[in-house]
Amino acid sequence: MIGFLSKRLAQSLLVMLIMSALVFVAVFAIGNPVDVLIDPRATQAEINAAMKALGLDQPFWMQYKTFLANLVKGDVGNSWVYNESALKIMMQRLPATLELAISALVIAIVVGIPLGAYAGLKPDTPSARFIMGSSILSFSVPAFWVGLMLIVIFGVKLHWLPIAGRGETISVFGIPFSFLTLDGLSHLILPAFTLSLSRIGMVIRLVRSGVREVLGQDYIKFARAKGLKESRIVRVHVLKNALIPVITVMGADFAGLLTFAVVTETVFAWPGMGKLIIDSIAMLDRPMIVAYLMVTVLIFILVNFIVDVLYAVIDPRISLTGAKS
Amino acid sequence: MNPRLSRFAKAYFDDKIALAGFIGVVVLILLAIFAPLIAPQNPYDLAQLTIVDGRLPPGSEGTTGIYYLLGTDEQGRDMLSAILYGLRTSLIVGIVSVMLALVIGGVIGLISGYVGGWVDAFIMRTVDLQLSIPTILVALILLATLGKGIDKIIIALVVAQWAIFVRIARAAVLVEKEKDYIAAAQCQALGRWRILFTQLAPNCVSPLIVMAAISVAGAISLEATLSFLGLGVPITRPSLGLLISNGFEYLLSGRYWISTFPGLALVVVIVCINLVGDRLSDVLNPRLDT
Repeated sequence: MIGFLSKRLAQSLLVMLIMSALVFVAVFAIGNPVDVLIDPRATQAEINAAMKALGLDQPFWMQYKTFLANLVKGDVGNSWVYNESALKIMMQRLPATLELAISALVIAIVVGIPLGAYAGLKPDTPSARFIMGSSILSFSVPAFWVGLMLIVIFGVKLHWLPIAGRGETISVFGIPFSFLTLDGLSHLILPAFTLSLSRIGMVIRLVRSGVREVLGQDYIKFARAKGLKESRIVRVHVLKNALIPVITVMGADFAGLLTFAVVTETVFAWPGMGKLIIDSIAMLDRPMIVAYLMVTVLIFILVNFIVDVLYAVIDPRISLTGAKS
Repeated sequence: MNPRLSRFAKAYFDDKIALAGFIGVVVLILLAIFAPLIAPQNPYDLAQLTIVDGRLPPGSEGTTGIYYLLGTDEQGRDMLSAILYGLRTSLIVGIVSVMLALVIGGVIGLISGYVGGWVDAFIMRTVDLQLSIPTILVALILLATLGKGIDKIIIALVVAQWAIFVRIARAAVLVEKEKDYIAAAQCQALGRWRILFTQLAPNCVSPLIVMAAISVAGAISLEATLSFLGLGVPITRPSLGLLISNGFEYLLSGRYWISTFPGLALVVVIVCINLVGDRLSDVLNPRLDT
C-alpha cells in the first residue's frame, strides 16, 4: 500500500512539474501584460518601472525559476487586476464551482444509472432504443446552447426558475453553499442540469455496456440456476459489477467536468472559477490564469488518486502493491 | 464502382436513420459551399445591410423589400444568410482541424506502433499526458495564447485532438503488424518505411475514419463553445457559435430568433454528423476502446 501511494505521489509531482512548465510557457507567450494594464499616456520610464515591479524585466529562465520557487510556497503572485493573492481569490471561487460540478455528477449518476441499466437489461424495447438515441444527443449537443434554451423556457417564458447567480447561500465552516437554502437550490437546478447533460449520456452508455457484458458471465447463469430472485441478481450481481467502469471513467472525467463548468458558469453567471478565468483571459491577468490551472491540476491529481484507491476497494482483483499485472 | 465500396455502401444504407444522416450531411455541405448563391444577402457586406431593419422578427419584410424568413439581428443582418455563412465557417473549422489532426496523429501513431522501443514509449507518455488534460482546457489556454482567428482556432483544435488519433493508429498497427501479410512483405525485403506506409497504413485506416467522423461533430461543437466564450473565430467571420453568442443578450428580452435559429442549425449539423459517425462505426466495426 505504501509502495503504491509513494509511486503515485512521485508520478503526480512529475505531472505537476510538467504542467507548471507548460503553463508558464503558455502564459509567457500570451503577451506583455503591461501593454494592457498601464495607462496609454505612461512614459517609457514608467513602463520600465512597472515591468520591474512585476519581475518582467528578468530573462525567461529567471522568471521560471522565481515562478517555480513561489509555486512551491503556494504563491503564484498577486492578481494584476484585483491586486490580491491570485490563489486566494481562486480558492474563494472554488466552492461555487465544486458545488456545481458535484451536483452535476450526482444528477448524472442518479439519472444515468437506472436508464443505462434498463437499456442494458431490455436492449430491444423501443424505450431502450429511445434512451440510447437520446444519450448520443445529450453529449453531442453543445451544453451552452442547451443552457440558453433552458433559460428561455424556464426563466423567460415560464418564470419558474431563476437564471443567474447563486441565490441565497448558507456558510458552513466559512464556505458558502447554495444547495442548503431553497432559493440557492432553485438557482442551482438549471446550471447543474446543463452541466450534467453530457455526463448523463456517458453514464447511460457505460452502464448499458457494463450490464450487457456482465449478463453474459457464468456467475449470472449460476445465480439464476440457484433460483435467486431476478431483482436480487440485478441489484447485487449485475449492477455492482457493471458500475466499476462508471467510477473510473467519471472519476477520470471530473477534471473535464470542472473545466467544462467554464461554459455553464458563463451562461448562468455562476460566480465560480470558470467565470473568473474567462474574465482573466480577457484581461491577460497572468497570475490568475496560473492559479486557475494549478488549482485544476491539483484537483485532477487528487481525484485520480481517490479513484485509484476506490477502484481497488471495489474490485479485489486489482492490487495496490504497484506491481503490473 | 469497386466491389468493396459497393458492399460497404450497401451495409451503410441498410439503416434508414443513417441514410437520413448521410443526406443531411450532404445537404449541409452543399448549403455551405453554395452559400453565396443561396443567401438572400451577403451578411458581411455592410453596404447590403439596412440598419433600420434591425431586430425584425422572423417572416418580416424589410424597408428595401427583402424578405427576412428568420428575422434579423441588431445590425439588420438577415439571419438566414448569417446562418448559411456561419455554417461555412463552422464546417471549414471542423473538417480542416480534424483532417490535420488525423494526418498528424495518424502518422505519429503508425510510426510509434511500428518502430516501438523508446520512441514508442516517449510518444505514448506524451499522448497519455495530453489526453489526461481536458480538451476544452487545452483549447482554452492555446486560444488565450494565440488570440482570435480561424487559423488559430484550427491550430488549437488540432492540438486538442491529435493525441486520440495517435492512440487509435498505434493500436491498429500493433494488431496488424503481427499478421502474415507483413511477414510476407518482410520476406520480399521491402524497406521498413515502404512496408509501413504501403502495406500497414491502408489496413489501419478504418478505425481512424470512424474516429474522424465522430471528431468532426466534436470539433464543431467545441469551436462553437469557444466562440461563445469569446475565444474562437473573429467577429468578422462569425461561426454558428458566435452567432448564438451575439444573440445571447437579446434572448432575455424575448428576441429569441437571433440565438435560437443558429443554435438549431448547429444542433442539426452535429446530429447529422453523429448519425453518420455512429453508423460508420457499426459498419466498419473497429474497436474504439483503445
